[in-house]
Amino acid sequence: MTLYIFYFLSFVAIFCGLMTVFSRNPIHSVLYLIGCFFAIAGHYLLLEAEFLAVVHIIVYAGAIMVLFLFTLMMMNLNEQIEKHKPALARMAAVIASGLLMLVLIAILKKADTLTVATNQNDAIGTIKNLGKILLDEYFFPFEFASVLFLTAMVGAVLLAKKDKSKVAS
Amino acid sequence: MDSFFLIEKGVLIVVIFAITMLIALYSTFAERKIAAFFQDRVGPNRAGPGGILQPLADGLKMFTKEDFTPDTPNKFLFILGPGLFMTTALLTSSVIPWGDTVNLFGREFNLQVADINVAVIFIFGVVSIGVYGIMIGGWASNNKYSLLGAVRATSQMISYEIAMGLSIISVLMMTGTLSLREISLQQYGFINWNEHWFSWYVFRQPLAFLIFLTCAFAETNRTPFDLPECESELIGGYHTEYSSMKLGFYLFAEYINMFISSAIISVLFFGGFNYPGMNWVNETWGINAVAFLGVVALFIKIFFFIFFYMWVRWTVPRFRYDQLMNLGWKVLIPLSILNIVITGGVILLLK
Repeated sequence: MTLYIFYFLSFVAIFCGLMTVFSRNPIHSVLYLIGCFFAIAGHYLLLEAEFLAVVHIIVYAGAIMVLFLFTLMMMNLNEQIEKHKPALARMAAVIASGLLMLVLIAILKKADTLTVATNQNDAIGTIKNLGKILLDEYFFPFEFASVLFLTAMVGAVLLAKKDKSKVAS
Repeated sequence: MDSFFLIEKGVLIVVIFAITMLIALYSTFAERKIAAFFQDRVGPNRAGPGGILQPLADGLKMFTKEDFTPDTPNKFLFILGPGLFMTTALLTSSVIPWGDTVNLFGREFNLQVADINVAVIFIFGVVSIGVYGIMIGGWASNNKYSLLGAVRATSQMISYEIAMGLSIISVLMMTGTLSLREISLQQYGFINWNEHWFSWYVFRQPLAFLIFLTCAFAETNRTPFDLPECESELIGGYHTEYSSMKLGFYLFAEYINMFISSAIISVLFFGGFNYPGMNWVNETWGINAVAFLGVVALFIKIFFFIFFYMWVRWTVPRFRYDQLMNLGWKVLIPLSILNIVITGGVILLLK
């Protein structure tokens, strides 16, 4: 049962991922990407990480992708406007992704075969354990990450603010 | 997983679905009647005795209208929009505890479809997905007014989601759990004799309740925050191009949202299925009577909040858009952060 769900979710994730790249319409791309995120959230659920699954949906599908969709809708991009990329750019893209694939294959060939972690602890992904681990064992990395986000936020506000000296002149 | 479990959950899902639909249906009727009462009119009174069949007549009218589809390259997305909005409106009802434990046929049931331990953030997840129904529908309509309405609705919902999430954190600091069932059980009865204070969270977190209520109004696009459907500026907002039952889905989902958000407010702040004198009922009539009266109590609370939504609609005028954004970002979010700090301090003091 779990195996079939896994295959189904993997199929959906890969299909949506491919369609994200191949869609001509950027808005369709974003919608496929959202589908991909849902499939990945399903994978998290299979790993019994409910909190991670829901937060993944809230943050990626519910917030970031909405902003993406916002921008794309406001810019009103569609197939007709999209320019044909020059041949050089296409070549560069093919070479870059080919190299990336080579690296990935090389890594996977060298890697040790992972032993599948059987459920040693059923409650490992629950919010209680996660909170305990985050605010106890990994307290400093967690706080540093939040400070990093705060910095990014302040920077974004600073960039978005009008330059008063320019407005006055 | 035995077949009994499947039957139990299946029956529960069908019953909750039917009740949700029925209440949403009659909310439209109640809204018109209450509007009539506030404006000193009679209201709909032709279909059936006292107009009781009016929702059926409305539904029939919706179904038989011409189903117009605008000239859009995204027909599929145009149909997907209302469907998605409806689905997300209904999804949240699965985690709400509708009643206490009942004992039937020698088995114990919880009147709840899924008691997951992340119920509160599950609700937020579903709410954040609900934006897509409006956005996709508005965009696929291929109409500037629809798009503007959709963008308005979405930015409003995203802004108020943040304040909503922050206001609930202070409650979660007191509950120590995200399961709605446990939150309900913590608010047992009406007065907590150990702590000599009311057990419902509204008496412990009044500020959080006010913020949550305001945000719930904004999330369901109700007056005074119904900017997305401001007809003087945007015609019909995001559903300008919709007609027939697709429009019906959008309007209907709004009433379902109202019902579900009332249920969530009742569970989080007003004790859910708890009511004064539960101990006495338990001693006199037993566990099933407690559960039955609990369901009745929950629905009374829900109906009060649905009435409250309608009451506010005919009392408070609509905000301007900049006022709405100022209220969300500059008032509600700082207030809820302040509330979190105060709650943390008080919890530490009382320890």
